[in-house]
Amino acid sequence: MVRRLVVVGASLAGLRAVEAARRAGFDGEVVLVGDEAHLPYDRPPLSKAYLADETPSEPWFRTADHLRDELGVTLMLGTPASGLDAERQVLRVGDAEVRYDALVIATGATARRWPGTEELGGVHPLRTLDDARSVRAALDAGARTVVVGAGFIGSEVAAGARKRGLDVTIVEALDVPLSRSVGTEIGEACTQLHREQGTDLRCGVTVTGFEERDGAVTAVRLSDGSTVAADLVVVGIGVIPNTGWLAGSGVRLHERDGGIVCDESLWTGVPGVYAAGDVMHWPNPLFDGEVMRLEHWTTAAEQGACAARNAIEPGRDEALSTVPYFWSDWYDHRIQFVGIPRADEVRVVSAEQDDDRFLALYRRGDRLVGVLSVDRPTQIMKYRRLIVNRASWTEALEFAGVSTQQAVTR
Amino acid sequence: MRLEIDYSRCTGLGICEAEAPDLFEIQEDGSLSLLVERPTADSRAAAQAAVAGCPTEAIRIVED
Repeated sequence: MVRRLVVVGASLAGLRAVEAARRAGFDGEVVLVGDEAHLPYDRPPLSKAYLADETPSEPWFRTADHLRDELGVTLMLGTPASGLDAERQVLRVGDAEVRYDALVIATGATARRWPGTEELGGVHPLRTLDDARSVRAALDAGARTVVVGAGFIGSEVAAGARKRGLDVTIVEALDVPLSRSVGTEIGEACTQLHREQGTDLRCGVTVTGFEERDGAVTAVRLSDGSTVAADLVVVGIGVIPNTGWLAGSGVRLHERDGGIVCDESLWTGVPGVYAAGDVMHWPNPLFDGEVMRLEHWTTAAEQGACAARNAIEPGRDEALSTVPYFWSDWYDHRIQFVGIPRADEVRVVSAEQDDDRFLALYRRGDRLVGVLSVDRPTQIMKYRRLIVNRASWTEALEFAGVSTQQAVTR
Repeated sequence: MRLEIDYSRCTGLGICEAEAPDLFEIQEDGSLSLLVERPTADSRAAAQAAVAGCPTEAIRIVED
């Protein structure tokens, strides 16, 4: 019988795990372990409202009192987990050993740094609250800003800096930003949003080095021979799952990125050990068991809750089946994506001249698998429902009001 | 049961509409419309999912 649930990782997935356990009536001991000294906090605002030119609200999810008194959670914050002994059912945290009956791993991921910049002032990833505070302080000081990587985080930072009227350059190694995450045509369309706002977007260019004075960055050197002056460099080039501490534990790790490999019910294959959030891969039944690792708010929340419910009730084995959803706010535009972007065809179904708003459908085989919208907020969740219901491509085009005859002949 | 929206928190992300399309709808301008202020008991599970899923914690169920 599960008497002690330990959740390692105190961000969204970890918080949802402890909340779901209590909601399910679990009255045993709950321990929440986090590597940062902070209470659980919400990340999406860190690259959005938190960077705006006004006093930010602190992104805490819950107070320490709430976690302790309402949820009955024992908090262990400020020290990362350092090992797992699955035989003895013990989690190592610093010098402490924490015994568990059930364990949910939600240790997330770490933003990749630009090699050699660990000690260079003014160069930051943007993943943690401390990162956001540093970036915000630099923007407050009027920093000339260079963003490395035109992904969603980098684009949000660029938008925040431009809104303050600061000079912003984005450096992107790919010829078309986001082409891997949303496809070339749509990546190109999103690019326009930057150019319209006066952000200097340079594609097909890489960083070759940094210039510095007194330990702080002053400029970024690029592969095209140019140099861009900078007081702040924000690096948004992806993340690495935090699983180094699991070496030798028996938990299976993905050969490509080291993320945890789970089954449909988010079980790791090690007795009593489940995983949730950015750290893990799982086969999503809604997409025929395609194995995915997502870095989305909604999925992390759902996975945390599902993993905890399964962990406290052995044999329950609830599968997590879901349509991924993410959003990104650029300037005054909102980009929303539901589903998965790897597709055989991407079709823009609503776009008008001189209007940034559009909606694009992603087809795989005969099925609608994804939809991206820019400023079409009333439509996106209606398409999500089509994906949940495994709508065919023909049904999706009909819903969009596109002639299906045209679709067949194309 | 009555639904309450804190419009100062809501940013129109639409997860409530995904969970409970009969109760919530995001409008063309991105604002949230509450379609049913007093849902019946049949909608309780969907309403609870919307409350739990809202990233800005803008929805509340108030028991009468």
